[in-house]
Amino acid sequence: MTTIASRIDGAPHVTFRKVQKTYDGENLIVRDLNLDIRRGEFLTLLGPSGSGKTTCLMMLAGFETPTSGEIRLGDKVINTVPPHKRNIGMVFQNYALFPHMTVSENLRFPLAIRKLPAAEIDKKVARALDMVQLGSFGDRYPQQMSGGQQQRVALARALVFDPELVLMDEPLGALDKQLREHMQIELKHIHEKLGITIVFVTHDQSEALTMSDRIAVFNQGIIQQLDDPTALYEKPANNFVANFIGENNALPGYVESVHGETCQVKLDNGARVQASLGNPVKRGDRTMLSVRPECVQLNVQSLGCANRLGGYVREVIYLGDHLRVRVELAGRKEIIVKAPAAQHKHRFDMGDAIHVGINPEQLRALDPAIGAPGAAP
Amino acid sequence: MREDNAMTQLTATLPRGMAAEAAVPLKTQLRRAERMKKLKYGALIAPLVVFLLFTFVWPITALLKRSVDNPEIVAAFPATSGLLRDWDGRSLPSDAVFASFADEMGKTRGTPVFASAAKRLNMELPGFRTLMMKTARAMPPTDGQTAREAFVAADERWGDVATWQYLGRNASPTTARYLLASVDRKYDDAGHVVQTDADEAIYVAVLKRTFGMSAVVTVFCLLLGFPLAYLMATQPARIANVLMIFVLLPFWTSILVRVAAWLVLLQSEGLVNQALRAVGLIEKPLQLVFNSTGVYIAMVHILLPFMILPMYSVMKGISPAYVRAAVSLGCPPFKSFWKVYFPQALPGVGAGGLLVFILCMGYYITPALLGSPKEQMASYFVAFYTNQTINWGMAAALSAILFAATLVLYMVYSRLVGRQELAAKAR
Ligand SMILES: Nc1ncnc2c1ncn2[C@@H]1O[C@H](COP(=O)(O)OP(=O)(O)OP(=O)(O)O)[C@@H](O)[C@H]1O
Ligand SMILES: [Mg+2]
Repeated sequence: MTTIASRIDGAPHVTFRKVQKTYDGENLIVRDLNLDIRRGEFLTLLGPSGSGKTTCLMMLAGFETPTSGEIRLGDKVINTVPPHKRNIGMVFQNYALFPHMTVSENLRFPLAIRKLPAAEIDKKVARALDMVQLGSFGDRYPQQMSGGQQQRVALARALVFDPELVLMDEPLGALDKQLREHMQIELKHIHEKLGITIVFVTHDQSEALTMSDRIAVFNQGIIQQLDDPTALYEKPANNFVANFIGENNALPGYVESVHGETCQVKLDNGARVQASLGNPVKRGDRTMLSVRPECVQLNVQSLGCANRLGGYVREVIYLGDHLRVRVELAGRKEIIVKAPAAQHKHRFDMGDAIHVGINPEQLRALDPAIGAPGAAP
Repeated sequence: MREDNAMTQLTATLPRGMAAEAAVPLKTQLRRAERMKKLKYGALIAPLVVFLLFTFVWPITALLKRSVDNPEIVAAFPATSGLLRDWDGRSLPSDAVFASFADEMGKTRGTPVFASAAKRLNMELPGFRTLMMKTARAMPPTDGQTAREAFVAADERWGDVATWQYLGRNASPTTARYLLASVDRKYDDAGHVVQTDADEAIYVAVLKRTFGMSAVVTVFCLLLGFPLAYLMATQPARIANVLMIFVLLPFWTSILVRVAAWLVLLQSEGLVNQALRAVGLIEKPLQLVFNSTGVYIAMVHILLPFMILPMYSVMKGISPAYVRAAVSLGCPPFKSFWKVYFPQALPGVGAGGLLVFILCMGYYITPALLGSPKEQMASYFVAFYTNQTINWGMAAALSAILFAATLVLYMVYSRLVGRQELAAKAR
């Protein structure tokens, strides 16, 4: 299988097979990593701090060696290839721009190592600087630039030697919110333009949702779910993902019966509801129902819903475009509801009785054992 | 109408007046606040400043002054010195000079001031002391004799211009003689600066040796210290702390004890030679002490911490991400280290090297105890002149030259580092 062929038949660019990693011989930081990264995709590794994202990236870059398993680049096993021979671009969290070199010297560095002719180096450096809109900054030292500018230089440096794969470890972490959002879009455009494969690490879920083709959600050294942003948000595979991505209301209960794709669940507070199956659950199983706050309807809007529950308003927070309502259901169970402000202005107040409606498609029955802390994969 | 006018005038002047009123107290307030702060800081460092003034600035200034000081002649013969300073030096001085010299010689004869002046002149020209003693006995001139006749009668050398030139050159309170002597230069009879005779010229060689040995020690310290500093900076804290203790260990014993220990270790029947012979590496003992080998070993050992600590502190601040970044850009590990890590560690290397070099230049005890006469450095001669011949001028002049060398080195270093930092910092 050649590289060309793999490009055509869509064979993965990077493959992790049964990769494990431990630093101390006791705790597995990466437990059983199986991951195919497609050529040209923007894949994000998302997960809480300490979940092993950086470790995975470092293994791919060659700075850490897997304890077992294999990593392939195209069809070549690269476990033993030293990092400087992997031809993988990398953007570090704190940029790691060489402080004793100017911006253009930083960019020339990888090209000079590759012994390119001077004229070509100049051309590539100029092109890379233009790409990140820093054409006139070549003579500056990194310390003379703002964080966002340094970030772009780091990006240009990782791209200037035309790697097919670029790794980024929380590259936007040090930027302020506005700049970060701007850079996310810019990064996405550069990715589309160059058609390279990007593996991006972050623990910011909105960043992951904004940029990625696919997202791998990490926890405790295993991938909890690998999916595109929509699926990840709308169809979380387990409790961990449901809670980690976006806001989630969890309602515990027992499965009373299963009918194809839906099931009937008796909540702990006694109410009976219809839910769609997230994980395979059986009759009598304990389940955790998951619903997004914006999928819960209030009062009039709840009329058409299959599941209707009664409750009391405990808190209303006005947030401009929407209201954030805390509703107490029977059994002291509280859920958060995001209601469009335009529909509900002044319709209810604290302490009012209220109707809550949830459609079964948006109420997913999940197996609480899957993805829970300490659970087996 | 008029009222309106008055109103606008009022409002027009109001803001200006208010601004002025507000600005003055604000400025004074600021100044007062700043002054308090300055006073507080000043009070905090005042003891140190006083201490440094007394133990550092004042002695150094005094020492530097000593290197050009020439008080003896002026002290013994103030009037004559004054007259000699105006003398053209080409023909014998005027009668007035003879007269005043005769007068002052008569007055100071037999006093310590006279003796030290005679000794000082003897330094210029051996035999001058006898000349002075002999002449002084003939002073003041007998009746009917002019001062000039009395001098020539006492010794005919007073009729020679050269004799007076020696006196004349020392008639001013400062002299470059000692400084010239410490670079093997002197005044000839005509007052020109010339090379010292080959058999007396030793100081240039001594200074060269001082710089040479300092350079060798610095290079060895650098070669041995750099890897260790790097190791300490990159290892986890636990290991780094242990290494740090070993680095600091030598500081806990006195330098004299350490030198003595080396003496025991390195002598021909010492541990090192015994061990080498036991292993069969050598037949007869190596000469490891009382030569340059011993001096180098001990000095490198003593000065190594001074090299390691500045390098360590700089290296500690260099993130390992830089070398990783270089490697990820395709640069092989060693080259990455050289191209990316080393340039950033350079200020530490410079600081350590400078510190060791400067400390080395002033080393006295170690070469004195572990070296042969061929390893003695400039400070040995400083000690020799202060302790044995009590020639403060020479001691001070040699010290001044070492001091100047230190200053020059420091300036070169701060230039280099300053430029680097300037380049790195905001323009
Ligand atoms: N060099 C190392 N030696 C020992 N343990 C390590 C090392 N590097 C990482 N670890 C451990 O491995 C675990 C995962 O670390 P990793 O850096 O991969 O997390 P991460 O997902 O990148 O977290 P973050 O979002 O905080 O960057 C952590 O518990 C960390 O303590
Ligand atoms: Mg990380």
